[in-house]
Amino acid sequence: MGLISSGKAPKPLMHLLNYSRKYSLWMLQWGLACCAIEMGAALAGPRYDVMRLGVIPFPASPRQADLIVISGTVTDKMAPAIKRLYEQMPDPKYVISMGSCANCGGPYWDSYSVTKGVDQIIPVDVYVPGCPPRPEAFIQGIVLLQQRIMSEDPAERWRGVTREPIVVG
Amino acid sequence: MTTTDLPAPGELPEIAVDPAAFRHLAESQVNVELDTGDMVLNIGPQHPATHGTLRLVVRLDGERVVSADPIIGYMHRGYEKLTEYRTYPQITTLINRIDWLSSFANEVPFIDAAEQLMGIQAPPRAQYLRTILTELSRIATFVLFLGEMGLQVGAITPAFYGFRDREYVLNLIEAVTGGRFHPNFNRIGGIKDDLPWGWISECRTVMNKVLTSCDEFDDLVVGNPIFEKRTRSIGIIPQELGAAYGVSGSNLRASGVDWDLRRDGPDYLVYNELDWKVWTHPDGDSFARYWVRLQETRESARMVLQMLDQLPSGPLMAKVPRIIKVPAGEVLVNTENPLGEMGYYVISKGATGPFRTKIRSASFSNVSILPWLLRGVYVPDIVTILASLYFILGDIDR
Amino acid sequence: MADDAATEAATDAGPALREQAADALARLQAELGDAIIEHGVAFGDAIVRVRPDAWRRTAQICKEQLGFDYLSFVAGIDWMPTPAVTEEGSGDTSTPAQPKEQTYGVGGSDGRYQLLAVVESTRRKSWRIILKTDLAESDPHADSWVGVYPGADWHEREAWEMYGFVFDGHPSLRHLYLPSEFEGHPLRKDYPLLAREVKPWPGLVDVEPMPGEPGDGDDATADGGASA
Repeated sequence: MGLISSGKAPKPLMHLLNYSRKYSLWMLQWGLACCAIEMGAALAGPRYDVMRLGVIPFPASPRQADLIVISGTVTDKMAPAIKRLYEQMPDPKYVISMGSCANCGGPYWDSYSVTKGVDQIIPVDVYVPGCPPRPEAFIQGIVLLQQRIMSEDPAERWRGVTREPIVVG
Repeated sequence: MTTTDLPAPGELPEIAVDPAAFRHLAESQVNVELDTGDMVLNIGPQHPATHGTLRLVVRLDGERVVSADPIIGYMHRGYEKLTEYRTYPQITTLINRIDWLSSFANEVPFIDAAEQLMGIQAPPRAQYLRTILTELSRIATFVLFLGEMGLQVGAITPAFYGFRDREYVLNLIEAVTGGRFHPNFNRIGGIKDDLPWGWISECRTVMNKVLTSCDEFDDLVVGNPIFEKRTRSIGIIPQELGAAYGVSGSNLRASGVDWDLRRDGPDYLVYNELDWKVWTHPDGDSFARYWVRLQETRESARMVLQMLDQLPSGPLMAKVPRIIKVPAGEVLVNTENPLGEMGYYVISKGATGPFRTKIRSASFSNVSILPWLLRGVYVPDIVTILASLYFILGDIDR
Repeated sequence: MADDAATEAATDAGPALREQAADALARLQAELGDAIIEHGVAFGDAIVRVRPDAWRRTAQICKEQLGFDYLSFVAGIDWMPTPAVTEEGSGDTSTPAQPKEQTYGVGGSDGRYQLLAVVESTRRKSWRIILKTDLAESDPHADSWVGVYPGADWHEREAWEMYGFVFDGHPSLRHLYLPSEFEGHPLRKDYPLLAREVKPWPGLVDVEPMPGEPGDGDDATADGGASA
């Protein structure tokens, strides 16, 4: 297929590719609930500016995004929409599950309409616990994800090998 | 059609254009002349302009809306069922997250209801601190609105100003309660902790900063002719209809109704000891809603400064037993939340948790007027109207 | 029995009627006459229980003659006792132990289902009243308030969805919060919260044992997560 997907690319090229990928993550705007406010403070706030890390929150279309941050409660009514948007994103894509509602259902663990954790629907790469997590915790999640991207081998990704998700904190 | 079929540049045929004909077509009703069908446009649930997971199914005739149907429920977490299985302190943690921007203000009516049922009253210092924190949440919510409405209309800069000012206020709330929002600071009988050293002078500085930045918003947004053109006469809510739909808060005050539960409802917290004013605007359009919230931000900052001068000293908690068992009864508490009127109807049967809690949330009624309000507006005005009504999805869906 | 409960609640109900509430109650009694079955006091507010066939007429009188131009909400109440999810005597206080007998609140009730509505005024201070009416248990029907207060549209849709109350005269009773394939009416007391029945509240364990210690979930002889 290609040089990269078959694993035959030289190491300096892979290094450069991962380096540029990790510093230009385009994030799909997907704020659901209270965690979206903390995510917004991290993104748009002049105090916790996350754009200096290269994460740009502008694409409103999933076709141009490579990072999705599920921040807030996932309800059963919303779950098909999340699945559809996740499938519309092109590979390689990453998922950060922010807040305890998205991790495991959170304070609404016994509700009749809440999906207990977004990992029941889509595979998650980073879990950021908190209710809501501080913007610094969210930025820590992004930094850890960037470190993982740096050490990633796209050939393995093509073959479908998945890695253990990171838990922040 | 392949590329070989197109005429070469310089060979384009002459078309006789009659400007009068084009003007006539543009001015007439499209469905009369061309008999096109209506288009159904699905806005949401994931959309940058809908403030969360609101889905609007609009039926369009060209650029005008024929009918709009809001579909809510994408954030429905079943609060009223959950409160039947939780004790009062557990519910206090949970209800912070209904209106997630001004979280402290959500706790106060519920705690007030439980205290009324138990027949205890929080001491004066606790009442003052509760009022101060409620007004700080109001400022935090409104300052974000002032910035965000500019963003929805098309200007990015006010959003940064809004987030910056919100950070100052959240700093204050965090210094007292430990949490930026969702503080869970109220206890039945009072509040949890006292103010830290130096908080009062810091609060005064921040309130003066807020007043300055309200002047900045005045210059930047309200005085901007583009903003005025986009918001004047858009989305006018008539007084009688607004009240019959249950629209409340700044939305109704912007239609000229002089009604504020802090002054006109049964006494709660310490609003009757302060000298403050209720702001109204006669127009009822989106510009009026922005203007009223700007004035209310200034008024809240002035109220906080007054309360800091009048703060009494004393205990923070009334005497309550260790395990809270609330006697049987029913009580209704309606308060003026930043988004509008928020009410709790608590039915207790003497257990450690309520039997039934009906949560009356402000945004639910504010959004129920959308099918009526959005008829006949242009598509860009939908966004302006949604931004000016200022709802929070957690408040709608509970 | 219901009467005793009502008068008991009235005497424990804290402060007596506010003067505006007393005025509103008197005027409503004058208009409705014997359509009012009972009334009670709850912390300064008047609670009035009307006959089901006078429900819409009450709304019209409130809006047109008494000046209640603002609709606060319309909700449902299910008086069946909350089912217990923890065992008796287990010492688990994480969930409230509600009484097992079916008792009714202020104003009494004819049966399991009731409708609750609150209307207020934007012109007069503290001018509000609480209205209740009973609904039949097997086939709960009520008149819709949509012609009088247009805001009742969504409130009645919510009451239908959560309880199964049918409102005659409502333009379109369809799902508001829940997906259209949802079965059941969640706020009824006999609708179980399955997550709680399958597993108790996870916060009950104070200290989790280290892996390998007795009391750990992997231990075959463990008695399953008692607090350390």
